[in-house]
Amino acid sequence: MEGTGHAVCLGPDVDTDLIIAGRYLRTKDRSIWAEHVLEDYDPALAPRLRGAVIVAGKNMGCGSSREQAPVALREAGVVAVIAPSFARIFFRNAINVGLPAIECDGLPCTGGECVSFSLDEGWVETGGIRYPARPLSGRMQEILDAGGLVNYWREKA
Amino acid sequence: MTTLAERILDAPAGAYVDRNVDRAFAHDGTGVLALEAFREMGKKVPAYPERISILFDHLAPANNSQTATLQAELREFAIECGLHFSDVGEGICHQLMSEGQVLPGEIVVGADSHSCTAGAFGAFATGVGATDMAAIWAGGSTWFRVPETTGIHLEGTLAGCAEAKDIALTYVGRLGMDGATYRALEFTGEGAAGIPMDGRLTLSNMAIEAGAKTGLFYADAITRQYLAGYGHDVSEQVPDDPDYAEEITIDLADVAPVLSVPHRVDTVAEVTAYEGTPLDQVFVGTCTNGRYSDIERFASLVRGKKVKTRTIVVPASRDVLLRAGRAGLLTDLIEAGCIIGSPGCGPCLGMHMGVLGEGEVALSTANRNFRNRMGVGAEYYLGSVATAAASALAGEIRSPEVL
Repeated sequence: MEGTGHAVCLGPDVDTDLIIAGRYLRTKDRSIWAEHVLEDYDPALAPRLRGAVIVAGKNMGCGSSREQAPVALREAGVVAVIAPSFARIFFRNAINVGLPAIECDGLPCTGGECVSFSLDEGWVETGGIRYPARPLSGRMQEILDAGGLVNYWREKA
Repeated sequence: MTTLAERILDAPAGAYVDRNVDRAFAHDGTGVLALEAFREMGKKVPAYPERISILFDHLAPANNSQTATLQAELREFAIECGLHFSDVGEGICHQLMSEGQVLPGEIVVGADSHSCTAGAFGAFATGVGATDMAAIWAGGSTWFRVPETTGIHLEGTLAGCAEAKDIALTYVGRLGMDGATYRALEFTGEGAAGIPMDGRLTLSNMAIEAGAKTGLFYADAITRQYLAGYGHDVSEQVPDDPDYAEEITIDLADVAPVLSVPHRVDTVAEVTAYEGTPLDQVFVGTCTNGRYSDIERFASLVRGKKVKTRTIVVPASRDVLLRAGRAGLLTDLIEAGCIIGSPGCGPCLGMHMGVLGEGEVALSTANRNFRNRMGVGAEYYLGSVATAAASALAGEIRSPEVL
């Protein structure tokens, strides 16, 4: 899988409560999650996420198992999330809902610059420099390639 | 040699394995999404309904007709498919799982991050998201990467007013919020052996706050005795000189009453450093500290006195509530000025009942103090039951040493 987008920078330890607050979880309407995604982190952020590659700090997505967090990012138009490390449940959830989560160390972020990635070749590129990305496990790669765990299961069936 | 995680998953750390799941559970918050994904997978009936539980706890009872409608759909599915079903008022999923539903050596997966709580029984218990849960409903198994393990060696015994919660906050503070990411925790040593089951559940519960997949205790005489109370005769697990990726040692005699300070669980300080901070609310409950021994301790400390700030007590299950009622603890709490909530997650996740207002400050026995979680613009500290009691009586943060 390959992609490109404009960088949106987030700090370290962004928890799932910050990504989508509990008060918006009383629904199955994904457009509501997209509208309010990252609202408690920065209320101006949601409209800038269409076509964005999020470049986050360490431990991205810590906290709750709420899958609405990666779904909200995906629905808001985020192309991929890149971080030096992810909280385990968020990482798995992101792949399961078809949102590329890429582990990459040392990626600089100023905001707005172009970021490209190739999961197949294992790199992230920005400012003309390529940074190595840690490969996904075979299973996670298959799930992501299928567009998420639901499609992976459908294909298996 | 092997860690407990390696032993249960039957593969070395780093390996990817597919394993059948002995118990799988979801609550009203995640089960609705899991059901949607399950249906999108083209499935109608789970493969192993007898292994699946649905427990309503996050918005229990429903706070508006929208959530009631979502719960109704999941309730109908659970009953029609013959799943284990606990309706509103039965209690928090992790507490109910700890009431004889999880056994040592099992693989337990819950659609909630604090599913690691059941690691206290020597079960590989971990949290997943809703779509992962749907796939488990569909096929009865899932994949795991066998984690490396951080050994937490507990020496000595607790002194003064310190509780298991203070140990939990201390280790999360030591490791940091991502200090055990992709790992299991193992609590070992004479200090661990001396902690009763309720305290072990508190320590395992907070493993996720250091990023860990699960927080394991070896099943021992205490585990056997506890589960015998639910009619189970289980074998003990003995450590096999496990190979740890990292080890830390905590002398329990050095553990003081501590707080997690807003807005990070790993920002831990002694309670005395924050004494005098005015409080708008104290909350006792949750899957961390809503067990019978917690309610009993809190009631024993506030009995015959009056709280000076609004104080919400939520027993973690119907069993806890019943026992507290029979023991007269509820009367003690109500006479002391506390509010009793129905068993469930209550104010912990800020969705209903006890949500904080802007600028308000609270002390909670829960496991997370992320910004805005319990209410937009609010601040809250995490502490032990005894710290909550001392603080509720003072109307401000107060060390339990004064009681």
